[in-house]
Amino acid sequence: MVPLQVSMKLEMKDSPGQLVAALTPISEFGGNIIAVIHQREPDASSDTLGVQIVLEIEQDRLDALVAAIKRQGVSILRIGEERLLYRQSVIMIGHLIHTDIGDTIDRIDSTGFAEVAELNVQMPAITEPSTALITIKATTRSEMERALDLLRGVAAEKGLLIVEPLAEGER
Amino acid sequence: MRIAVLGLGAVGKGLLRMLAAKPELGLVLTAVADSSSACIEPGGIDPAAVLDRKSATNRCGTQGLTAEQVLDSGAFDVLVELTPTNAVTGEPALTHMRRALALGRHVVTSNKGPIAAAHAELQEIAAGQGVALRYEATVGGAIPVIHAIRDGLAGNRFHAITGVLNGTCNYILTRMDEEGLTYDQALAEARELGYAEADPTYDVRGIDAAIKLVILANTCWNLGVVLDDVAITGIDGLTVDALRLAAAQDCTIRLIGEASPDRGILRVAPRVLPRSHPLVIEGTLNAVMLSTDMAGECTLIGKGAGSVETASAIIGDLLAIRDRYVECG
Ligand SMILES: NC(=O)c1ccc[n+]([C@@H]2O[C@H](COP(=O)([O-])OP(=O)(O)OC[C@H]3O[C@@H](n4cnc5c(N)ncnc54)[C@H](OP(=O)(O)O)[C@@H]3O)[C@@H](O)[C@H]2O)c1
Repeated sequence: MVPLQVSMKLEMKDSPGQLVAALTPISEFGGNIIAVIHQREPDASSDTLGVQIVLEIEQDRLDALVAAIKRQGVSILRIGEERLLYRQSVIMIGHLIHTDIGDTIDRIDSTGFAEVAELNVQMPAITEPSTALITIKATTRSEMERALDLLRGVAAEKGLLIVEPLAEGER
Repeated sequence: MRIAVLGLGAVGKGLLRMLAAKPELGLVLTAVADSSSACIEPGGIDPAAVLDRKSATNRCGTQGLTAEQVLDSGAFDVLVELTPTNAVTGEPALTHMRRALALGRHVVTSNKGPIAAAHAELQEIAAGQGVALRYEATVGGAIPVIHAIRDGLAGNRFHAITGVLNGTCNYILTRMDEEGLTYDQALAEARELGYAEADPTYDVRGIDAAIKLVILANTCWNLGVVLDDVAITGIDGLTVDALRLAAAQDCTIRLIGEASPDRGILRVAPRVLPRSHPLVIEGTLNAVMLSTDMAGECTLIGKGAGSVETASAIIGDLLAIRDRYVECG
């Protein structure tokens, strides 16, 4: 199962209960609302309400959700997907090239749920350890944690030092 | 209240200086010992005279008298244990403290060894005897973090402790960050300024911070964790490039101790933190962030070591004991 982050621009009648009607199917389909942004135009003489919502939902439930929202009499003006939700950068120190940095990256990329999005390697003199900033993208927080675990294992195996961020809001 | 002091190094001298300067505290020195001498006067000893003797002769009292004899005398209400830290055995302090507690005397210490190694055992003896075991000075120097956990934040549930617990490492990382010094250069500078020991292994490998983390964790949760339970990574492998890469993201690197039984975390490691994070402090300072259910996050920052600074924590413990156990008269 691959959760997606989806953003939708909705348009509905500006009357009581409409927003709730539009949002109810999301939880019914196991989705998770991340943000609801009202977009009432100031000059709005129209009786419609624009709402931008960002949600997380299993990929295979998205079509059913879209149909359910439409059944509520809400029109979906735009829909966008972003597969990889979480980004996390760690610093790696050691003999990165000698220990095959390509393989290190492959091990993350081949998981299917996470990938190396950016790599910035600083190389000093040849015998000195090099340092890299490696940015990983993953779909969910738990998959990010699995990817980091994998990276910790690879680092231990290759004798590399990893400096991780001190996570905020994890308390 | 009568106090006996074992150990007259930087901390012991700082304490005696403050006892001499603040007679109004009502703390009466009745015994003192160093590694080769001792002085026992149940009627009271002038701390200034002990300091003079120590600096003139390198002995605080009569040669041949020992800490054991101080303990045998029983001429004190509180034992203040300030001998050197042994992280493995906790000795000789552990024996000193067991004996004093068994005699029904309160114990105050700055010595991390016995508290990290045998906190539960010592606490149990103390409880059985109806006396106090206090160790504010073992963690974070002058910062009253143990008081905060036990008293100020009493009744809270502690979710996590995170902290900068070693001033030497914090100094080195601050200098690498601010001046672009290499690890070796920053360490050499710290040594020159007296912030690092001749053998800095305990500090830079994260062991000292891990011992303090164990003490904090046992104070918060009483789970009986030991040094071996801590996953430790030191700062000695860090490169200037690592700090530069962090800086490019408006972050920096600090050695962080982190404990959270909820998340199964007990570790000391260099970590990347946003510059705006409350634990990003400069130089030799220490900081502890306590995450709790009622108070939310509470961060204490202060001087993590030093002679008089550490004496401040010891005197705080002594006065807490006086207020709780000794009748005012
Ligand atoms: N310095 C700090 O800022 C600081 C901060 C927090 C905690 N601490 C801890 O506080 C304790 C004392 O630190 P310090 O810096 O004062 O250490 P220090 O300067 O090395 O002094 C240690 C003292 O203990 C005495 N000693 C050694 N073995 C003894 C024994 N068997 N019986 C009686 N006395 C004995 C030594 O005697 P001699 O004088 O005869 O050698 C010396 O006076 C250590 O455990 C340390 O980890 C220190």
